[in-house]
Amino acid sequence: MKSALDSALFPEGVNRCPAWKFFLWTVPWLLLLAWGGISAALCLLKGLNQTNMTDYFAFALWIVFDLAVIALGAGAFFTGFLTYIIGKKELKDIINAAVIIGFICYSGAIAMLGIDIGQPIRGWFIFWHVNVHSMLAEVSFCITVYLSVLAIEYIPIILENKQLSKIKELRLAGGNLHGMMAVFAATGTFLSFFHQGSLGGLFGVMYARPFAFREGFYVWPWTFFLFVLSAIAAGPAFTILCTKLAQAITRKRLVPEAAFQTLAKISGWLLASYIVLKILDTIAWVYGVAHPAGFAFTDFYREGPYGLWMVAFEIVIFGIVPALILTNSRARRHEGWLIAGCLMSCAGIVLNRFIFTIVTLAVPVMPFDRFVSYLPTWQEWGISMAVIGYGFLLFSLSYRYLPVFPKERELNATAE
Amino acid sequence: MKEKPANGQSFGMVIDLDKCTGCGTCMVACSAENNLSVRPDESDKQRSITWMRLYKVTNGKPFPDTEVCYFPRPCMHCDHHTPCVTVCPATATEIDYHTGIVSQIYTRCIGCRYCMAACPYHARTFNWWDGYFPKGKGIERYLSPEVSPRMRGVVEKCTFCHHRLMRAKTLAYNEGRRELKENEYIPACAEACPAGAITFGDLNNPDHKVYKLKSDPRAFRLLEKLGTEPKVYYLSSKAWVRRSADNYRPGEPVHTVKAG
Amino acid sequence: MFPFVFEWEWEAGHYLFLGLFYLVLIIIGTGIGAVIVKTVLQMMGFAREKDFH
Repeated sequence: MKSALDSALFPEGVNRCPAWKFFLWTVPWLLLLAWGGISAALCLLKGLNQTNMTDYFAFALWIVFDLAVIALGAGAFFTGFLTYIIGKKELKDIINAAVIIGFICYSGAIAMLGIDIGQPIRGWFIFWHVNVHSMLAEVSFCITVYLSVLAIEYIPIILENKQLSKIKELRLAGGNLHGMMAVFAATGTFLSFFHQGSLGGLFGVMYARPFAFREGFYVWPWTFFLFVLSAIAAGPAFTILCTKLAQAITRKRLVPEAAFQTLAKISGWLLASYIVLKILDTIAWVYGVAHPAGFAFTDFYREGPYGLWMVAFEIVIFGIVPALILTNSRARRHEGWLIAGCLMSCAGIVLNRFIFTIVTLAVPVMPFDRFVSYLPTWQEWGISMAVIGYGFLLFSLSYRYLPVFPKERELNATAE
Repeated sequence: MKEKPANGQSFGMVIDLDKCTGCGTCMVACSAENNLSVRPDESDKQRSITWMRLYKVTNGKPFPDTEVCYFPRPCMHCDHHTPCVTVCPATATEIDYHTGIVSQIYTRCIGCRYCMAACPYHARTFNWWDGYFPKGKGIERYLSPEVSPRMRGVVEKCTFCHHRLMRAKTLAYNEGRRELKENEYIPACAEACPAGAITFGDLNNPDHKVYKLKSDPRAFRLLEKLGTEPKVYYLSSKAWVRRSADNYRPGEPVHTVKAG
Repeated sequence: MFPFVFEWEWEAGHYLFLGLFYLVLIIIGTGIGAVIVKTVLQMMGFAREKDFH
């Protein structure tokens, strides 16, 4: 095969497409980043009036996106936990990809948050003037520190680049980092547990918003635990989807099936337990929170586009159904069913985050207040799409130049 | 969480809805007193800055049984586990239990808007734009030097005109007094109301009018079931108005007055 | 974040939150420190290079 322009940077013993082809592949993602860049510039220069957020919709598309990508990025810490703490060796073939996906998700979320707050330059006040009782403070501390943990987990992969690893200092540093990975994985697990939970806590503590409020255990509302559980259920599913997509695009097997099956099985059983607890929580919320506040269950779903169909989709179609698929070993081994199950699982979790953010704000609490609806502006979409573009770009660059998939060479040896 | 001082004041309001005509003077007075920013086009009410907002409520019946009532809604300065204060990550809003006033530190607010999501009364507004005080339109004649204007990207809300409290305390100290008389500190809305519908004072002080009014049989508060302990009471002789103040499931009786 | 920020009053919540936060930072810092120390020692020949593959 003709040597590509940048073949010196390729991992040992694998093929990559020609440089011009790769460049063409990056163009749509660069365009998305450009769209995001313009949107960000407008929001920073002109203010948040560039969005369709209002005094009613204080949280909107960006917060939904943040919550969704952080939940889906949970595959990083959970796969790390399963690999380094529990010792599931087969996941070593997919842990690098999971870390990169996690890094993309968290760095993208933090970048989006930088635009979302009204005074981005004052962002550090959350740390300097912290209110330790606020769930948002907890979230900010944890995701910032966790991003640095993800960076620490990403660096060894970068240092394994063929050219970089020729430099002795870098090779040694990468190896030593790798040797300490269990410490970082454990820290990452601890941090992630708390911030995934606190993201749920954000909504569960709002006792003056009956739609969102939940009772709980000590200071932690039940949404804290439900968000953690749903994140560790959907995160591995998202890792599976991204890797399968990479396999489809590169037309190569990258990861042995055993890794996919382990993740899918664990994801399926976690999703099943989550759905059971979610149903119980919903019932408890109706009788313990909604009714005492003077709301019937259907009061929350009466107006506008956010109807009871959402409950049906979240719990049944994107909840029970994928749980049944992924816990069934025959369905799991079938490529189509596996992907469908993972897609539905991720969709369910994204829908859950959407409901907690958007519907909480749409539903009026004062009886004479109005139900409101909201649609994002192109600037809001721009920033959100830029995260997707950034994700594709960074993953593609990582795949091209770094040994992300340890078994790639072995799985594609016959093709050479 | 800070402990409440034993003899702290608790400034609050009692708004008599039987007297309120819905004229909106309270809104105008508040906007003028507190340097509220305007926009060239104020038609999008969901992004208008109003600290006092007037809601028009009807009993839902057709003519000739239609009745209308107006709810002036300032910030409730919730006393119990104040929703906005507990959620602010940067300690930009605080409740001072010596006065009961929930304040906002504009220079510390990072604009995350979590407090806006937590407030059920929609008492908090956000500066989606930079402040706009057009020259040559007479605005400079009413702008107050005692109230700091807000920059874009921060949250603001009714402060019970606590700059007036500062002013009253300064005047009293000058006279050698530490105690304020009842009429020395009242917010702009209470002062401006032409119907005298808004009464303001210390809810803990038996000599103040609000202390007696809060136990009036006509008294109720907005969304009492949530347990926010708002410091704004309403008076109405109409049962349907009292029912409009909270959510009730069909057949649930309106709860009777709580002596706060 | 630090006690010398004005208005600071130590409460139980602060001890717990900041205690855990600084503990995590110390663990991460120690880990990175150990990596740096080990790398330097290996560069200087005092320690062997480990193969993890």
